[in-house]
Amino acid sequence: MNAIVNISRLLKSKLARTGLSSFKGGVHPPQHKLESTTSPIRSVTLPKHLVLPLRQHVGNVSKLQVAAGDHVLKGQLLAKADGQVSAAVHAPTSGVIASIGNQLIPHPSGLPDISITLEADGRDQWIEHQALDYLSMSKPELLDHLREAGVVGLGGATFPSHIKLREDARHPVRTLIINGAECEPYISCDDMLMRERADEIVRGIEIMRYLLDAEVCAIGIEDNKPEAIQAMREAVAKSAIAIDVIAVPTIYPGGGAKQLIKVITGKEVPSGRLPTEIGVQCFNVATAYSVHRVVNHGEPVISRIVTVTGNVARPGNYEALLGMSISELVQLAGGRAEDGDLVMGGPMMGFNLPSAAVPVVKATNCIIVPSAEMFPQPEPALPCIRCTRCADVCPVNLQPQELYWFSKSQNLEKASEYNIFDCIECGCCTYVCPSNIPLVQYYRYAKSEIIAQDRAKEAADIARERNEFRLMRIEREKQERAQKHAQKAAGAKAEAGGDSAAEAAKKAAIAAAVERAKAQKAEVVAKNTEEVSPRVEAEIAKIEARRAQKPELSGQPEQTELFAEKQEPAVTSAVEQMDGTQLLSKEKQPTEEAK
Amino acid sequence: MNRSPYLTDAPSVTSIMLRVLLALVPGIAAYVWVFGGGILVTLALASVTALSVEALMLKLRERPIKMFVTDGSALVTAWLLALALPPLAPWWLIVLGTAIAIVLGKQLYGGLGYNPFNPAMVAYAALLISFPLLMTSWPAPLTLAEAQLGFVEQMQFIFSGALPAGVAMDAVTSATPLDYLKTQLTLNHSMEEIAQSSIFGALGGQGIELIAAAYLLGGLFLIQQRIITWHLPTAFLASIAIIAAIFYLSDASRFADPAFHLFSGATMLCAFFIITDPVSGPTTPKGKLIFAAGIGFMTYIIRVYGGYPDGVAFAVIFFNICVPLIDAYTQPRVFGHEK
Amino acid sequence: MLTALYVMIGLALLLGIVLGYSALKFKVEGDPLVARIDAILPQTQCGQCGYPGCKPYATAIAKGEADINQCPPGGDAGVHALADLLGVEYKPLNAEHGLPKPKSVAVIDENVCIGCTLCIQACPVDAILGAAKHMHTVIASECTGCELCVAPCPVDCISMEPIAESPANWKWRYPVFEIKPESTVTKKSAV
Repeated sequence: MNAIVNISRLLKSKLARTGLSSFKGGVHPPQHKLESTTSPIRSVTLPKHLVLPLRQHVGNVSKLQVAAGDHVLKGQLLAKADGQVSAAVHAPTSGVIASIGNQLIPHPSGLPDISITLEADGRDQWIEHQALDYLSMSKPELLDHLREAGVVGLGGATFPSHIKLREDARHPVRTLIINGAECEPYISCDDMLMRERADEIVRGIEIMRYLLDAEVCAIGIEDNKPEAIQAMREAVAKSAIAIDVIAVPTIYPGGGAKQLIKVITGKEVPSGRLPTEIGVQCFNVATAYSVHRVVNHGEPVISRIVTVTGNVARPGNYEALLGMSISELVQLAGGRAEDGDLVMGGPMMGFNLPSAAVPVVKATNCIIVPSAEMFPQPEPALPCIRCTRCADVCPVNLQPQELYWFSKSQNLEKASEYNIFDCIECGCCTYVCPSNIPLVQYYRYAKSEIIAQDRAKEAADIARERNEFRLMRIEREKQERAQKHAQKAAGAKAEAGGDSAAEAAKKAAIAAAVERAKAQKAEVVAKNTEEVSPRVEAEIAKIEARRAQKPELSGQPEQTELFAEKQEPAVTSAVEQMDGTQLLSKEKQPTEEAK
Repeated sequence: MNRSPYLTDAPSVTSIMLRVLLALVPGIAAYVWVFGGGILVTLALASVTALSVEALMLKLRERPIKMFVTDGSALVTAWLLALALPPLAPWWLIVLGTAIAIVLGKQLYGGLGYNPFNPAMVAYAALLISFPLLMTSWPAPLTLAEAQLGFVEQMQFIFSGALPAGVAMDAVTSATPLDYLKTQLTLNHSMEEIAQSSIFGALGGQGIELIAAAYLLGGLFLIQQRIITWHLPTAFLASIAIIAAIFYLSDASRFADPAFHLFSGATMLCAFFIITDPVSGPTTPKGKLIFAAGIGFMTYIIRVYGGYPDGVAFAVIFFNICVPLIDAYTQPRVFGHEK
Repeated sequence: MLTALYVMIGLALLLGIVLGYSALKFKVEGDPLVARIDAILPQTQCGQCGYPGCKPYATAIAKGEADINQCPPGGDAGVHALADLLGVEYKPLNAEHGLPKPKSVAVIDENVCIGCTLCIQACPVDAILGAAKHMHTVIASECTGCELCVAPCPVDCISMEPIAESPANWKWRYPVFEIKPESTVTKKSAV
């Protein structure tokens, strides 16, 4: 039974691989890898119709460079990276841009997103491209090339790789780890890539090592892939640099970046921090492969290996063009796209596709066509019986049952306190729950809710500051107007008055009255601006200082105005106010940008 | 419609509960051997009451009945209570106890998964305080009893309270070993004198030690099946053994040896079946050790200095209420955190 | 018996003095209540509560002049948070002050806008950019959806558009179960 299997496995791994650590927890789901590893990687027939979402990576959406009707060549840039945390999108084949608009994307929300629709012309004509002489260019230049070539992490996270390949003087990368673990059941794209294209992967690793200037390179491959381990060892032997091929124990989720780093180096990435802070960086094997293709062949990222498995006639791995429809891919594999809900990803962390008419994107590592027996409907959930099986298997050593109670009762503060953001959503907890509670769904809900609430709070804080500033501004304008009127009144009287004592006295009385009025007006400060935040106070002080430097701002009328001023700030009949032009003060007001 | 993960490898709650019942079978067999077949009647009575009361409560609470009645947790509560009660307890005591366990101990808190106290212990404590005499009149083991009742006679006694002609109550009942020990110690007899009594067997009370050994076997089965972990039973038994050893070594004439405490009373039943109730117990590994050790110490103290011969029920209930505190302070270190 | 009385009274006085002194000496300076209430309010500055902005409403709540259930943009969650902070009973939102609506931003139809600046003066967070006889436009990221600009516009060119859900701001839904009473069928749908 499970217990004996696990204990013996643990002992075996501890004895056989000295120097490797382990992480607590993890499960051993049935692997189902043999279905898709019996045949080599197949290529696909050229699709007629491709849909390329602009958001295939973490970070800013790519900026369009083409318009509908443009003819593009294979590998041509369609959308460039917007800023640093972004990546580019290229045409996977030559053809004409049919349209640019919202199309269904493979996303758990089922919402559409802006995408480029490309009609292939069948010629599959490459754009001019050549290998990069990367040793003769600077590293930042090479990284820019990688960004513009659309290189993102192909393990599923799609984080722009050029950022991870940057050298950071504060946190130099000592160990470069290449992730070939592929722990999730059914998925075998990395396995086949390693078996068939090991040399090219190693070339990619060499470039990555060069970029990061890492001392140690290691590839972690789970020991259920002996052919891949063998192939990589042979490839590594031919390389000039020393790369260690390490067979790690097969356990899910041993392929998680933090888990693999722990197993290979024995160090834990601190929560909320990047692996570079412990001198490690981790990339998927497919990412290394795409780096090689970009640098040594000049080919941008336009395809990837996708495992199609499950209820299909020809399960296996296909080199699919990005943008081709998943239903086409499934049909190629001998399956029917209408059969049930297709799953993108593995059975532990994947999600149901909204429909089969979505394109292959950079994150598509596997498509599972389920049958009724493969993924049976779960039983109705019972209450939690606190058996703590979930806590026993959690690879992050969280307390899933506590997080479940907090998420369920919407006690999001406590969920945060109990480290819900450390959860990697691997699904181990749900896998072992005897009450069939969909634990991971609760955590996903709680996390996105907390993030939305934090965003709302930030927006509210900014709105509060803007409101306070506006009220202060209105007050100040009122005071200045009062001051000006007082000055005008005093000035007028001075001209008209004689030098009789009575008139002097009257003048003095009037002056005193005006002073009183001014003082009274000065007292009228909106209560709302009494307790302004330090940031707003600093802004106000800056603006006051600027105004003080320009005496004309508080004095005579100026030429252009940006905001028309009225005597009565209250909103009354618009047209009358407009005509009272003598009421308009033409002072130069601080602009919106000053805030 | 996302429901990842799509695979599951979990035993159902029913399968877990049924295996717990299976683990009790050696203990029940030993029980029948030592005290006769009356316990089977008790078990049957308790089971029927538990299931029907639970169904009734679920109907009143407008919850799905079949789903919850078939999860087996009510049966486990019923059996544990039946095994904790004296074997020849009258039928109404059993029915009342089971009803208290299910209604007050479980359903009124929200049903499966929501009870803060162990339901069987709640019922046991309620009965112990309400009917102290009945709850402390145990029959003598068949090997020691002056008058031995057959199965039918036992059943008759349970339902009608009538003994066969010519048999007096005294001939059937006797004090339990713990009870006997307590009364004799208060009479200032020394341990050597007390230990002479035939009520004691090799390790614990005669007959009862056999039952305890059978529970131990059942408990080991549960550990092998990964239904319980080693933390709770080990900590509990170790703490009893340690504190008993300390007292015993300090004054052997006034305190019984650790082996006696381990093999008499409900120690073994408690170690593997009562404190391991997942719903009312702690959820962290360190918490489990503290919980079990605390119950062990408290049980011993109540046995020696308290007013009741066996303190398991009260110790368990007391530490059940400490569980949230224990959980909060024993949270394990999360991956990537300092502590 | 009198000794017991004196002892109890003496203890009470002593403990009272100790507590009173500690309350004054070790008083923790927290945010004033108004700021804490204001921190909970959503800062839409819409005035639906009957006060000209969130801070005046917060002040009124602190003074006890206003009830906690007058803020529709804060929703039920806001009322709960206020109830928790003030230690009062939760009560449902008062429909007299409006109902919660999905978050929207104002959009000015530039073909119709006449550049009168009335909306600019109405906006409580200065989220409208423009000048007299110049085009006005709403800075969408600053708009709180308070709708105060819609009424003053003499040509009715401002409309409120709900913020669409996109993959960027999409949230996972709360896993929903239906447990039918006295039935064995339990449907589960998690979207």
